[in-house]
Amino acid sequence: MTSVIEVKSLTKRYRDTLAVDDVSFAIEQNRIYGLLGRNGAGKTTVMSILTAQNFATSGEVRVFGEQPYENTRVLSRMCFVRESQKYPEDATARHAFGMARLFFPRWDQPLADRLIDDFQLPTKRTIKKLSRGQLSAVGVIIGLASRAEITFFDEPYLGLDAVARQIFYDRLLEDYATHPRTVILSSHLIDEVSNLLERVLVIDRGRIIMDEETDAVRDRAANIVGDSAAVDAFVAGREVIHRESLGRVSSVTVLGALTPADRARLAAAGLDVAPVSLQQLIVRTTQHAAGNGVGESAADAATTEEGALR
Amino acid sequence: MIEDGRPIFLQIAESVEDAIVDGSLAEESQAPSTNELAAFHRINPATAAKGIAMLADKGVLYKRRGVGMFVAPGSRVRLLVERRAAFAESFVDPLLAEAQTLGLEPADLVALINDRAAARAAVSATIEGNPQ
Repeated sequence: MTSVIEVKSLTKRYRDTLAVDDVSFAIEQNRIYGLLGRNGAGKTTVMSILTAQNFATSGEVRVFGEQPYENTRVLSRMCFVRESQKYPEDATARHAFGMARLFFPRWDQPLADRLIDDFQLPTKRTIKKLSRGQLSAVGVIIGLASRAEITFFDEPYLGLDAVARQIFYDRLLEDYATHPRTVILSSHLIDEVSNLLERVLVIDRGRIIMDEETDAVRDRAANIVGDSAAVDAFVAGREVIHRESLGRVSSVTVLGALTPADRARLAAAGLDVAPVSLQQLIVRTTQHAAGNGVGESAADAATTEEGALR
Repeated sequence: MIEDGRPIFLQIAESVEDAIVDGSLAEESQAPSTNELAAFHRINPATAAKGIAMLADKGVLYKRRGVGMFVAPGSRVRLLVERRAAFAESFVDPLLAEAQTLGLEPADLVALINDRAAARAAVSATIEGNPQ
């Protein structure tokens, strides 16, 4: 596999905050990646450095083997769809698509037209008069129709309803199938996107804590539910990442795939096994990391799940 | 359709095997393509391809160059044998465990199974008798 992006020891410091902390990873060609993590974890910072919209404090970034800064050869092959994309005053969606067509060599106008139809986007209205969801649709359409070799979608769906998001996912898969390219999707709606992702990168407080095949992570953790004493006996010696109790019943999330022998033991003990979704796993592990952090209060850890990954 | 907690490529492979076992995907007929599976299940095409590759390794599917994947002859019987072998563990063992919790003896279960089977047969006889 060829890497289209290589990042070595990337660090970004804003005054006294360390936004990205000595991060190294590679992005392989023609795969769909999920870049997941809590708000403020460093996702957008990483993506803007990769697209030359921000500077690294230290470390090395290579895109298509080159430095991206002021490098048109590299930049015209990348498309970055941001959550809060700014467009010129008085521009209409049609103007925005016209500019995109000039900039992206692989722009596909029939695809753009079809997506405009799908999202029922008014193209003659000025962008500042569009609703939040319509504004997101403009970004999504540019991201898909540009057919850039690397496309970043940074929370592209703000204000898009469930139907419009499904259109986005379906069109992304459909177009990716016929025109393979590298896609990096940053999202809080992990359950919605997890099946689309071939690999996941989880970033937590400026560090990469997971860089794996999505399918390989799916049986990484399990919830063991049942009588507290029996649950405790089973999870003894295993890595427990979460625990809840109601009366004499406990639900404990353990890391590590269960072997057939484990399952037989669970059945014999009358314990139930419930699957852990990618979203739950990430919530648990990023919560776990917060709980082990220096100076993190219990209250911070408790708000993690509600506050972040919704 | 796709459940949490198990690799998706395994679930894709099983869904194709299900179709072969129940006869909806006949031997020597063309299996769904990776892209069709990806669009239908709304999953990453590479994951669907991994499921198909697994079935090809297993000899359930074979490739016709330039055309696609086809169901290998003899697959259905081989899958049936495999599934029957797994049946005791996946279905009978949990049944016995739950029966034990409820205080039902294996003999009670046998009687229960015969009763339900007779009731089912009666229902399907009625449906076949009145084709509406």
